[in-house]
Amino acid sequence: MVSADFGISLLSTHGTGKQGMVHHNRLIENQAPAGNAIVVKGLIKSFKRLKVLDGIDFVVKQGTVLALLGPNGAGKTTTVHILGTLLLPDGGKALINGLDVVKEANRVRSLIGLTGQYAALDEYLTGTENLHMIGRLYRLSHRDIKRRTRELLELFDLVEASNRAVKTYSGGMRRRLDLAVSLIASPPIIFLDEPTTGLDPRSRLIMWNIIKQLVSSGTTILLTTQDMDEADNLADRIVVINGGKIIAEGTADELKQRIGSERLEITVSEASNFDEAKKVVDEDGLHVDSKRRTLSVVTKGGVHQLKQVLSNLDEAGINVESVSFRSPTLDDVFLTLTGHTTEQSKGETKAQQEG
Amino acid sequence: MEKPSSFTTDKQTEKHSKFFWTLSDSWTLTKRSVKHITRNLDQLFSVALFPMMFFLLFRYVFGGAIDTGNISYVNYLVAGIFVQMLAFGANYTTMNLAVDLQRGIVNRFRSLPIARSALIVGHVAADLVRNIVSGLIVIGVSFLVGFQPVAGPTDWVLVFGLAILFSLAISWISAIMGLLVKSIEAAQWTGFIVIFPLTFVSGAFVPTETMPDALRFFAENQPLTHVIEAIRGWLVGTPIGNSGWLAFAWCTGIIIVAMPVATWLFRRKTLQ
Repeated sequence: MVSADFGISLLSTHGTGKQGMVHHNRLIENQAPAGNAIVVKGLIKSFKRLKVLDGIDFVVKQGTVLALLGPNGAGKTTTVHILGTLLLPDGGKALINGLDVVKEANRVRSLIGLTGQYAALDEYLTGTENLHMIGRLYRLSHRDIKRRTRELLELFDLVEASNRAVKTYSGGMRRRLDLAVSLIASPPIIFLDEPTTGLDPRSRLIMWNIIKQLVSSGTTILLTTQDMDEADNLADRIVVINGGKIIAEGTADELKQRIGSERLEITVSEASNFDEAKKVVDEDGLHVDSKRRTLSVVTKGGVHQLKQVLSNLDEAGINVESVSFRSPTLDDVFLTLTGHTTEQSKGETKAQQEG
Repeated sequence: MEKPSSFTTDKQTEKHSKFFWTLSDSWTLTKRSVKHITRNLDQLFSVALFPMMFFLLFRYVFGGAIDTGNISYVNYLVAGIFVQMLAFGANYTTMNLAVDLQRGIVNRFRSLPIARSALIVGHVAADLVRNIVSGLIVIGVSFLVGFQPVAGPTDWVLVFGLAILFSLAISWISAIMGLLVKSIEAAQWTGFIVIFPLTFVSGAFVPTETMPDALRFFAENQPLTHVIEAIRGWLVGTPIGNSGWLAFAWCTGIIIVAMPVATWLFRRKTLQ
């Protein structure tokens, strides 16, 4: 169990009510008419000859979470870097609260917090010093910096480690401090680039809790992930990208309707009759993995479907090694949407299923 | 529960002029780089030991074989070692800037609404602090091995004034190199490729009279020699000629050119 009991109200102030009046007003000034915190139109970016983004469009409404879901090299980080004013797009437009990320980069910078894949911390400074330094660079007053630092260290369970150099921190602690640093100036919009990649399950859950509380306090979040489960858990809307193009978009439920909410997975005992098994189990959204001798289909009839499939296999004389239900993975999403798997995520998917 | 009132000040940024914030950003990042000096024991060691090693090597190993005319070699050597240490120290700007650019932290700085020059200013200023420590160690050790300066108070002020200006000039050049290199390893040797010839092909350790003509022409007219000749003159009374004002002019000129070039390179490098 994770007992990350964070005080919601402390995380941010973009919510409703009297609390955030001062910059609530500022927010309204900067708002795009439609209440979109992030607008991306026809974004194009190439590195040398490699086209990384090939016309990306999406919007993120204020106070909501959008997940960019895709494998390595899909263009997720490039998108985040353009929105975070770190890269210039070759074409297209990106607006943060109505401000152009290219033309008004400096005004955009005071509205955003960016947490990258690799913790952007100073190794030789302590946790407290990192927070103080970035707080001052965000141009907060010394009093606010001290107060926010104290609050954030408590929220992120880093008080004990606060006076130690960051180079002594574990991976999970670094990620937490990294996010804390991004939040020091309570930016209304946060970019999280694969916030849980490489984290152990406990740290991952802590991260999820923090993100959920940020959202409930009114912060707009754009997060990237390779994990369908993570997108499902955290995001209001999911944009699936591959090879710099959007291949699907919708709420988690809408996507699940397309790919099935749960999958029935059958592992066949012998490789010799695997091809025959494929013909027998010819159901909706059949995905096969011949290396592991597994077949998976979208669940619909529950126990009835299970009985049916097993008896069909039995009649055909095919021995079944194991049967399980599991949630769809990024691979399933890709198989359904594009007809092929994501090469990069194969190993991880396998490990998750076996683990 | 926190009182709601405490949130009204949240994220209210201080209102100051752009100039104030440029100084503030630079100061914040200078504090960071200076902390690195004390946190990174390797750096601290090399800052303290390197000058002493070089000093003792030249004083006792090479010194006996070098003819410096009517002043003792130790008196001749101090200015050379002193300036060489300042030049070597600047390599930390190249290194530390290259390290920052390789690590994720540069993305953090770039996503902040700060002055673009602040990160470089931080490293250059930390170099100055490091060089002041190195310089004091060199002067301290020099007294232990027989250095007898004739400098009066004004001379000492001139020596330290020029040392500070020179340190800044060479650090800004080093910053440009740190922004041009592609890896941390390259940063390590680029500094020495530029600084080694400049310090050795000069009047730092030997009188230039014995060098071949072309080398001698370079040695006698390059900025480091002017800096060294000026400092040597103020310290032990050797003739300075035009080197005094030329040294100040060179250093000022280098800073005026290198500062905007480095800032421009940083902008260009960090926006693709």
